[in-house]
Amino acid sequence: MSAVIQTSGLGKAYRRTWALRDCTLAIPAGRVVGLVGPNGAGKTTLLSLAVGLLAPTCGTITVLGERPAAGPAQLARVGFVAQDTSVYARMTVAGHLRLGAWLNPGWDGELARRRIEQLGLDPRQRAGSLSGGQRAQLALTLALAKRPELLLLDEPVASLDPLARREFLRGLMESVAEHGVSVVLSSHLVSDLERVCDYLVVLVASRVRVAGEVSALLASHRRLSGPRRDPATLPAGQQVIEESHTDKQSLLLVRTGEPVHDPAWTVTPVSLEDLVLAYMNPANDIPARRPQLGAVS
Amino acid sequence: MIRLTWRQFRAQAWVAIAALAAIAITFALTRPSLTHMYSASGLAGCQARNDCGSLAAGFISQVRADAAYPVLYAMGVIVMFLVPAVIGMFWGAPLIARELEDRTYRLAWTQSVTRTRWLAVKLGLLGLAAMAITGLFSLIVTWWASPLDRAATLGSPILSNRMMPALFAGHGLVPLGYAAFAFTLGATTGALTGRTVPAMAVTIVIFAAVQLITPNFVRPYLIPPAHTTVAVSPGDVNWVPAGHGLLITGRAAIPGAWVLSTSGHVYTGPAIQILKTCNNGPTSTPACGRAFASLHAQTLVTYQPASRYWALQWYETGIFLAAALALAGFCFWRIGRHRSGRTRPSSARPPRTASTLRTSPAPPATSGHPGR
Repeated sequence: MSAVIQTSGLGKAYRRTWALRDCTLAIPAGRVVGLVGPNGAGKTTLLSLAVGLLAPTCGTITVLGERPAAGPAQLARVGFVAQDTSVYARMTVAGHLRLGAWLNPGWDGELARRRIEQLGLDPRQRAGSLSGGQRAQLALTLALAKRPELLLLDEPVASLDPLARREFLRGLMESVAEHGVSVVLSSHLVSDLERVCDYLVVLVASRVRVAGEVSALLASHRRLSGPRRDPATLPAGQQVIEESHTDKQSLLLVRTGEPVHDPAWTVTPVSLEDLVLAYMNPANDIPARRPQLGAVS
Repeated sequence: MIRLTWRQFRAQAWVAIAALAAIAITFALTRPSLTHMYSASGLAGCQARNDCGSLAAGFISQVRADAAYPVLYAMGVIVMFLVPAVIGMFWGAPLIARELEDRTYRLAWTQSVTRTRWLAVKLGLLGLAAMAITGLFSLIVTWWASPLDRAATLGSPILSNRMMPALFAGHGLVPLGYAAFAFTLGATTGALTGRTVPAMAVTIVIFAAVQLITPNFVRPYLIPPAHTTVAVSPGDVNWVPAGHGLLITGRAAIPGAWVLSTSGHVYTGPAIQILKTCNNGPTSTPACGRAFASLHAQTLVTYQPASRYWALQWYETGIFLAAALALAGFCFWRIGRHRSGRTRPSSARPPRTASTLRTSPAPPATSGHPGR
């Protein structure tokens, strides 16, 4: 499985604070990858580095095997929808499509025109007077009609209402199915990603807490509830992600490759949201999955 | 990229073209009567008859008496000072600043066009447009004022001529250099501030300062000034007591020249005693006149002769074009830097690096990181 984004010891500092530090990850191709993390985890910085809007302070990043924004050819292979979907407020919808056609040799004018038509956007309307959802759709259209191999979306639905959110994600999924593009989209809300992503990367404070296929993650995590018990006494194959205890009861979230047979436990599946929240919770110390410091130079 | 640049720029372009058309029409309509007045004055053949001074003075006073011409002449010069400033503020300053401010650079710089090319096309096309439109303005204004400029160069030295600081940058080639400079200055301040309105304010302040500094401290020395010694005429003299003598300075009478300074001499001796009693000038009484004549007073004049007008124009234009190129280069560097942030060589020590964490004795792997 080739990686669309590969980083090694990647760091980006603004003056004296690190926006992203020592980030090592590989995002597989051909997937719809959800990049989840709390606000400030470095998601925007990571995606900005991936499209070359920022350059790393240290470490390396390759996107589709090349340095981001290495040249027009590399730029053409990556589509980007920025946070709050930047469009020119005074430019019309049609003007944006012309901009896309002028600046992208691989521009698919037919796709863009069809999509705008389906969305019911008036080509003569100025982008500044569109609703948030329409603006996001316009930005997505621009990114899609570029016919990229990789589509990066930074919190594309964060500012949209639930209906626009659903519309946007549905449009995204239709296009992904049609053109087979790899997608990475970031969000701090798991519920946004649950419906669309088949691969998940949880980023907390620049570090990958957990990464994997959604189905595999769901299959390998279980919630255990039962009489109070010291987690250290669990079998070796069961890794505790989250624990909470009352006087009599223990509630655990464990990662395990094997089915849990211990009759003392009531075993229930976990939702993706619970799973992600458990990994995002800074109180949970999950040593095994953390990339080792010093592993990269 | 060229089409996009035009698309984003066309509003400003139409404003400029409309202003140019207004000026062109105004000046084209008023010039025929001015040239008629010039040819009627007989200045055309004055050098052969050696009566340029008086004819020029007559022509100029005739022009001054008119209701419109002095206003139009001043307007032409003011327009030529304003055009580069306006270009710097309204074309240059928003060029990069607006993209950063509206955060549309994230759209512009993630299309299949490198940032360097994006900036090269924008700076190149708009810079050339700035010079072209200023050139046309200057052509119209210079063409309109040419009878007056010619008369001032030919004739009376008391008239202000096109070499004078207030007029030099208002005609000819220099406005092109100023336009290119103001435009790239605007782009640079925009790239640095990332905000349009502050960039416009900074641009106009710096540009105004440059327009004040250049004529006083740069232009006089572009070519080493010429010196000449002229006899002081009794009708046109400054005299001030200096110790036991008088400092006598004449006024320079060099047609069309830009006089930078005149320095007189301190005279002493018996004639000075007579002159000190002459309250109203050396010609007030025959005795005073004789005393003054016996001094053979002379004054040293430092000046730029009229013949150097175009040489000075080319030099100054060249300097501002070079400054514009330097600023453009800075913009490229800055735009690249926006991308590269604060890249340091790996040997340098970035703030609180991962490498310092690595080498520190016991870095707790779970230490909280200031997120962002």
